[in-house]
Amino acid sequence: MKAYLILEDGTVFVGEHFGAVREVISEIVFNTSMAGYPEVLTDPSYAGQAVCMTYPLIGNYGICTEDLESARPWPDALIVRQACQSPSNFRSDEALNSFLMRYGVPGIQGIDTRALTKLLRSKGTMNGMITTDENYDIEKILPRLKAYSCGPVVERVTCPEVYTVRGVTDLAENGPLTGHAMFDEEKYEQYLEGNRSLKEKKPALVRELNGKGLKIALLDVGAKKNIIQSLTARGCDVTVFPALSRAEDILAVHPDGIMLSNGPGDPATCTSIIEEIRKLYASDVPIFAICLGHQLLALATGAKTYKLRYGHRGGNHPVKDLSTGRVYISSQNHGYAVDEHTVDSRVAVPSFVNVNDGTNEGLTYRGKNIFTVQFHPEACPGPQDTGFLFDRFISNIRTGHSTVPAEEVEENAKRLAALHEEAKGSERTRRAMEKAGLEVDNA
Amino acid sequence: MPKNRDVKKVLVIGSGPIVIGQAAEFDYAGTQACRSLKEEGVEVCLVNSNPATIMTDKDIADEVYIEPLTVKTLEKIIEKEKPDSILPTLGGQAGLNLGMELAESGFLDSHNVKLLGTTALTIKKAEDREMFKETMEKIGEPVAPSQVVENVEDGVKFAEKIGYPVVLRPAYTLGGSGGGIAHSVVELRKILENGLRLSRVGQVLVERCISGWKEIEYEVMRDSAGNCITVCNMENIDPVGVHTGDSIVVAPSQTLSDKEYQMLRTSAINIINELQITGGCNVQFALHPTSFEYCVIEVNPRVSRSSALASKATGYPIAKVAAKIALGFTLDEIRNPITGNTYASFEPALDYCVVKFPRLPFDKFLTAKRTLTTQMKATGEVMSICTNFEGAMMKAIRSLEQHVDALDSYDFSGLSKDDLFRRLTVVDDQRIWVIAEALRKGISKSTIHEITMIDSWFIDRIHTLVRMEEKLKKIHALDDLTEDILKDAKRMEFPDEVISRYTGIPEADIAKKRMDLGITARYKMVDTCAAEFEARTPYFYSVYNTTDVDEAKDLVTDRKKILVLGSGPIRIGQGIEFDYCSVHATWAFEKEGYETIIINNNPETVSTDFDIADKLYFEPLTPEDVKNVVDIEKPDYAVVQFGGQTAIKLTAALTKMGVPILGTDAKNVDAAEDREIFDEVLQKCGIKRAAGATVYTAEEAKKVAHRLGYPVLVRPSYVLGGQGMQIAISDEEIDEFMAVINRYTQEHPILIDKYLQGTETEVDAVCDGRDILIPGVMEHIERSGVHSGDSISVYPAQTLSRHVKDTIAEYTKRLAKELHVVGLINVQFIAMGEEVYIIEANPRSSRTVPYISKVTGIPIVDLAAKCMLGYKLTDMGYTPGLAPEADHIAIKMPVFSTEKIRGAEISVGPEMKSTGECLGISTDFNEALYKAFKGAGVNLPRYHQMIITVADKDKGEIIDIARRYEKVGYTIYATLGTANVLRDAGIAVRKVNRIEQESPTVMDLLLGHKIDLVIDTPTQGRDESRDGFLIRRTAIETGVTTITSLDTARALVSSLEHEAQEQDPSVIDIAKI
Repeated sequence: MKAYLILEDGTVFVGEHFGAVREVISEIVFNTSMAGYPEVLTDPSYAGQAVCMTYPLIGNYGICTEDLESARPWPDALIVRQACQSPSNFRSDEALNSFLMRYGVPGIQGIDTRALTKLLRSKGTMNGMITTDENYDIEKILPRLKAYSCGPVVERVTCPEVYTVRGVTDLAENGPLTGHAMFDEEKYEQYLEGNRSLKEKKPALVRELNGKGLKIALLDVGAKKNIIQSLTARGCDVTVFPALSRAEDILAVHPDGIMLSNGPGDPATCTSIIEEIRKLYASDVPIFAICLGHQLLALATGAKTYKLRYGHRGGNHPVKDLSTGRVYISSQNHGYAVDEHTVDSRVAVPSFVNVNDGTNEGLTYRGKNIFTVQFHPEACPGPQDTGFLFDRFISNIRTGHSTVPAEEVEENAKRLAALHEEAKGSERTRRAMEKAGLEVDNA
Repeated sequence: MPKNRDVKKVLVIGSGPIVIGQAAEFDYAGTQACRSLKEEGVEVCLVNSNPATIMTDKDIADEVYIEPLTVKTLEKIIEKEKPDSILPTLGGQAGLNLGMELAESGFLDSHNVKLLGTTALTIKKAEDREMFKETMEKIGEPVAPSQVVENVEDGVKFAEKIGYPVVLRPAYTLGGSGGGIAHSVVELRKILENGLRLSRVGQVLVERCISGWKEIEYEVMRDSAGNCITVCNMENIDPVGVHTGDSIVVAPSQTLSDKEYQMLRTSAINIINELQITGGCNVQFALHPTSFEYCVIEVNPRVSRSSALASKATGYPIAKVAAKIALGFTLDEIRNPITGNTYASFEPALDYCVVKFPRLPFDKFLTAKRTLTTQMKATGEVMSICTNFEGAMMKAIRSLEQHVDALDSYDFSGLSKDDLFRRLTVVDDQRIWVIAEALRKGISKSTIHEITMIDSWFIDRIHTLVRMEEKLKKIHALDDLTEDILKDAKRMEFPDEVISRYTGIPEADIAKKRMDLGITARYKMVDTCAAEFEARTPYFYSVYNTTDVDEAKDLVTDRKKILVLGSGPIRIGQGIEFDYCSVHATWAFEKEGYETIIINNNPETVSTDFDIADKLYFEPLTPEDVKNVVDIEKPDYAVVQFGGQTAIKLTAALTKMGVPILGTDAKNVDAAEDREIFDEVLQKCGIKRAAGATVYTAEEAKKVAHRLGYPVLVRPSYVLGGQGMQIAISDEEIDEFMAVINRYTQEHPILIDKYLQGTETEVDAVCDGRDILIPGVMEHIERSGVHSGDSISVYPAQTLSRHVKDTIAEYTKRLAKELHVVGLINVQFIAMGEEVYIIEANPRSSRTVPYISKVTGIPIVDLAAKCMLGYKLTDMGYTPGLAPEADHIAIKMPVFSTEKIRGAEISVGPEMKSTGECLGISTDFNEALYKAFKGAGVNLPRYHQMIITVADKDKGEIIDIARRYEKVGYTIYATLGTANVLRDAGIAVRKVNRIEQESPTVMDLLLGHKIDLVIDTPTQGRDESRDGFLIRRTAIETGVTTITSLDTARALVSSLEHEAQEQDPSVIDIAKI
């Protein structure tokens, strides 16, 4: 069956239909990850969006249920060059097509995904319709596309009620880990002496459970499973709260630390959640926030967010840790960003910056045990290079003081200013800043 | 961290001659790195013994030494040039080993030379098997149970402990030389003995066999601040057990979930961090197909063949970035040249699929075993890009130029199902064709997977191609070839020619129909970022998706354009020198203001670097693929002279497309190849040649042979590297050779010539249509009958009289005039006394062009390119005629890789067998010869013991040679006949038994590891060849220098005589020539 992708600007892509048969209107975004489509599909941050994968061969290894980041797929539709019908992987539970059908998610394949990506890159993210109706009336559709807005999505994706996940006690039981593994020589000796079978789990999985005994409250504004797992894998007990929970209820469980999750939509519209987060901020409980959580906390403390032209979605984004100068490759999925210029430097200072376009990737809060990042240290999909941030969170809770000493905060601010200064006049940053909606010093 | 300001002058070590396992990729990496260093204002001093490389050009480095890559030479160069730093990670294993030796001996420290990039300790940790294992265990990265052994018995003991099969990997060798899988103690002993001998440190790793696991590679970069990225991951379609250089490889991985992908990526990053590598690094993993279990197979702490592939596959210039990292830059300070506005500290995102196929040399070595093992055998490779795997595979297949263009090109249709089951267990270069046949015969995908262990996903893709093939075979009328089928077939990159073959519909009709339907090739850009950022680099690949946007179209300019056709995969006979020519021609055209467009499919070469030409189309070099580019770019001219036979073969097709060929026109190219027309030309010019005739059948050939009298030379026309060329001495041999030549459909006739024995000479000349410039006359040390590419070539010619040289120059001039040559011409002659006969003339670039350019300082490719554009030699400041001879003597030495090809005949003859070459240059002939042998890796004497066994016809000539070897201190062993002759001549000789006689035989002697040289001239005819063949193979496989021509033997002894009285070696900066 033919399928059509009709964009807000009148462009029509003709392809083949797959997945569920359903007409949808959605915001069209692209993701550059070459693997990890099951994680992308089940990342609640994609609620209200239709995802175009830039890698052309999608579905090669089918769907491995244990890799899913939530209970169901969230995007309104999936757009690919070629969907694989006969997947191959030892863990593959079903084919991509049947998975999408089961959850009523339509797909379109056989289109020039690169041309679509270039279009979104140059014109910015657009709304679009995916339909199998060959008699579509573009004149009637375009006004609908322009008028479309995804509405409140956080409420759709959050958990219905509070629940708790216990920390694991034996790491060897756990699946592949993110972050730095501690090598346990004694256990390794045992491994060597014992069964040398190569089927055995690799000894690197052995490591300290330094979060054991800690109680973490997670505000689920669209949390990926691996945020929870990254904490429980370190021994923490995690209590997950629905997005609209009151701060008092969260604080009532006396958490050792609070985690704000990733999530979908425009952060500025989450006004009531922001209110509650402001209270959490005031509580002096250590906080670590990711993605939407990072944006909400910034909004709660007076900063502003803005919509990026076409967002960051993929597993190859370089972020620079301003306190060390180290660059990490990160997993990203966001359409909005915190406007660094609106961050009150008495409240927070930038801690990470995107090397590609200079946008903000993290903040450290002054006088508080709080740090937040725009990217996804929990990976899944994508690089696990920043998984150590969960360790940092735990160690911050344990030591009880702020991540960065005051002098270092000053130093960071200076470095960032220097970076911006140096970049001024460079064509790259000028464009990046313009794109990011930042003021460009034309002198 | 900004650039280290203390680095002002860097010595870069190249990789030396092209051998299997170390090929053009290092010229690509080295050239890119040198340019990158110069960009930063660093003075670059280069040493590489390989004259055919682009990196040894004076435009690439400031000082260029084409000298043997030995510690002694390097020390000498360091003393002379006083570099402050040395960069050893760009010259492959050879460069790395040298850098290590210099560091370990303390020479670098005592001369205040810093080792740039990765440190000696890091190299050791990665290269030394035991240290590597310890390091991996320390960070918890699993390696297969293994042990380093230094003798056979320890190996046997350990293998018994871990169980067979076991893998054997000698330490510090190239491309896994001498390695293999042993299934039994007998096999173990055999491989281990050999491996111990080949290892530089006498160590072999015995390891549990993990064959059948998925083989996955990561290319990782790390800077001095510890920032790490992975450029690309690659999945070998052939599971562990086949060397990655011989595997079909796809990028990115296709069958890994993100969990597996990231698990291995994290492991790769942990490893590079622990090893503290600064620069590029390649990590190979074996991944269990049905669990998360994995092992680290190997780490290469340097640029490699895989990194070249990854660079071309992603657009990320690994060598360039590695060079900048070596200077102290961090990844986030280095701009991504493709986008221009992002930085090197990101990971490329691909929005296409890349397939690499190895180019194996079995067409050259008919007797060789085609089996693929952990010992690499490929001489080169091709890469293709497409948005679907099937298409990429089809493109790669036809890029191989091995008479294959589809999955039925090797015919296995005669095999029964049972035969196929058996055949599927064979791991060789034809495996995917066997799989295709198995699928046709209805063998299930799961069965094929179980036998081959190739992931079902790939088998499924092959099945898709087979189904399309079957669909097409059912169609016989143009009307039945519907738009949908045609679209689908083209999307999977079935060439029109193949569709025509399947359907019986004329190719032209198919082409017209799809043109009418708008089913044409569209071009997409390789941009490192899947279109996320704007890219500037016009690096394109084609897709056949009718609704796709063509990205090349918008970038077509109205400038004057020249299309340069590349030379495809590196193979014996058509090597890196043609890439040298293509690249230089491109630069020359660019300087003249033309827009340049390159089409090529070899990922290892400089020509496919995205910043060489204005535009790069990474495509197969077939008429249809070329036409697609022509249709869109509409070039004003095409140039075919520089791309070897690959490009020449496209002449007719290009002419048909209406693209004017620059330089010598097609008619005259044909005239040089067509026996009868060429005879007329020769007659007109008054040039003599050996009598001969053109034939098509064996009967005709024998008739001609009888008329001429044996021996005769048999050769096909329109080939390079003497493919299929043989000296026949009997009717039987004619039958045999003709059968081999006629295995493939022969459009062109076969030439039979009287064999003349004399001195072979060769010239390359530039002609502007009026005048001709001959940089010099080269003379071969081996008498005629040995292929020019396998001969030691001397410039200037030492034994020819002035008269002969003048005759050669005069003949060349007449020929060039008569053939209306504009550009290059290569002519080979035989000098017999004062008489000069022509062998052949080729109005195109040749193997010797880079060599002669460098040693004479005359940039002939540049001049030829300009002549094609209308310049006259005199305008460019050159005096026509034979250029004055240089003061120095430059000797080009062929280098062979036959030890790596099990079962290959090694003796030199009319068909070329060498894979590369090196140069020896000096003002003294014997020193030049000595350096050339050293450069080729001939390190004699070691044990002062040799074996001589020569054919009867050579027995008279061997006496003097043997006497000279005796004088330099050799103990000579000889087989009965040879021994008698030598004894009679008063040479102390020890008789040794032939193989079939009782011990001790020649074989025992060889395996006793006390022999360092064998001189064995093959007997003419096939009768006795088995014995000699066995001796030669055993010798070469046990690492013994083996010489099969008396002339070479004489040259070698001259070199040894020189060594005996050697003083300080001289080094010559050829940039100053």
